[in-house]
Amino acid sequence: MSELDELYQEVILDHNRNPRNFGRLEDAQESEGFNPLCGDRISVFVKVEENRVVDVRFEGRGCAISQASASVMTTMTKGKTVEEVQKLFNLFQQVVTDSEGGEEAMEEIGELAALAGVREFPTRVKCATLAWHTLGSILEGQAGTAVSTE
Amino acid sequence: MLNPAEIRKDFPILERQVHEKQLVYLDSAATSQKPQAVLDALDAYYEKHNANVHRGVHQLAAEATEAYEGARGKVAKFIGADVSQIVFTKNATEAINLVARSWGTANLEPGDEVLLTVMEHHSNLVPWQQLAEAKGLVLKHVGITEDYELDMDSFAKELTSKTKLVAITHMSNTLGCIVPLREVVQAAHAVGAKVMVDGAQSVPHLPINVKDLDLDFLAFSSHKMVGPTGIGVLYGKKELLEAMPPFLGGGEMIAQVGLSKSTYAPVPHKFEAGTPPIAEAIGLGAAVDYLSALGMENVAALEASLAEKAIVALEKIPGLKIVGPRKNRGGAISFVIEGIHPHDISTILDREGVAIRAGHHCTMPLHDLLGIAASTRASFYIYNTEEDIDRLVTGLLKAREVFGLAKSSG
Repeated sequence: MSELDELYQEVILDHNRNPRNFGRLEDAQESEGFNPLCGDRISVFVKVEENRVVDVRFEGRGCAISQASASVMTTMTKGKTVEEVQKLFNLFQQVVTDSEGGEEAMEEIGELAALAGVREFPTRVKCATLAWHTLGSILEGQAGTAVSTE
Repeated sequence: MLNPAEIRKDFPILERQVHEKQLVYLDSAATSQKPQAVLDALDAYYEKHNANVHRGVHQLAAEATEAYEGARGKVAKFIGADVSQIVFTKNATEAINLVARSWGTANLEPGDEVLLTVMEHHSNLVPWQQLAEAKGLVLKHVGITEDYELDMDSFAKELTSKTKLVAITHMSNTLGCIVPLREVVQAAHAVGAKVMVDGAQSVPHLPINVKDLDLDFLAFSSHKMVGPTGIGVLYGKKELLEAMPPFLGGGEMIAQVGLSKSTYAPVPHKFEAGTPPIAEAIGLGAAVDYLSALGMENVAALEASLAEKAIVALEKIPGLKIVGPRKNRGGAISFVIEGIHPHDISTILDREGVAIRAGHHCTMPLHDLLGIAASTRASFYIYNTEEDIDRLVTGLLKAREVFGLAKSSG
């Protein structure tokens, strides 16, 4: 598979065309993520009860990578504890930045592995992690603050 | 008509490959590539003449000063100015900031209006926002028409006796449209307003004569006109420059210095504090020689022809919409393709060896107004061929294929 085909594999294109959990979530905590480089914006909404993500949604517009990443993120974090979400984010970052332990981390991130192709495109890593940084800011108690990738 | 296939040979970087494909460089509106003559001028300065300017009596200092001031003369001639009207800055952005901080601070009062347009680059918005905040100015913005041109009705409506400055691009870096400067300047002067033109996109691509157009200020950058980075130009009318306070203080810009008070050098040196970008100025001089030898009328004609052909070819791609006018335009062509984000287009084109720009091109307010988060921009210059258009189109069709969009329907 070419690097391009690996980046834009069907599961990514599908999440881009039909993003899951897209739209506002009322009575939820919210943060906005922003990539000033390309103008992409994303809002993440999350409800946490007893240290567990009980619901999470997103809205916004961006490239296929940022949209798919946000969509997969919502499907994978719902039901997890805050610590589990943070661990998953760390593993995902290891994979997409191709850092040490990235190969092992790949085994543990489930459907997120579809985004691993980003590691061959360093300029696109920010697209893949924007939604995660935005969700992370809420879980770290920084809801309502704007997250910038720069 | 100029022959881009011949011109290409002067630009060594165009021989390189990117991702194992021959480079197609379509991002000249961001920065242009440099011909061998400019690279040689930089080398020659450092290898044979390097010395600080205006302050040594030795031979090298005299040679460096002559080359530096010689470059100023070349730039002056290139835009129809006098040599004392050319201030070297870091880039066009610094030139605009110089006008805002120096002329603006000294001449504008609370309630005065500065008239901009909705299509300005951030560099011609932010300095005025900062000044407006500091001085209590009112900023107004001329709109664009449905055909992506400056809306002259809107201009006539927003221009009032309170307007003290019209700060306007000559050619939009996003839409590619060319602004009718002569009309704008005449109307502005009729109400007593000064005109500062952002020529970053036009000076590299069109013949321009500041005296003929009666411009008060013109800002542009070397690196977009086949010259080096690190140097830009501010042209100003002499009486305006002479009355303006210095922008930065330090060496080079003084006449006499005491411990608590100093007097300043005459223009243009009053605005050039510290050791200037000497090599870069000399490189810009070589760039001006290069463009002058081609002839700016010929450059403009070549790019108009390339842009026309590119638009015809691009519009055959299903789902593609040009964000800019068809006629009376430069070589910066922005577009959107339904179903594919510009960032994804850019990544796919890059793998095909085609360099374009994706994003908001430093015109976020314009993109907001147009209701798009981002666009893709292919910008053409003297070294681009019709083959480059073909490669761009092939890359865009490939992007549609990667995204599972049908070849024939939108």
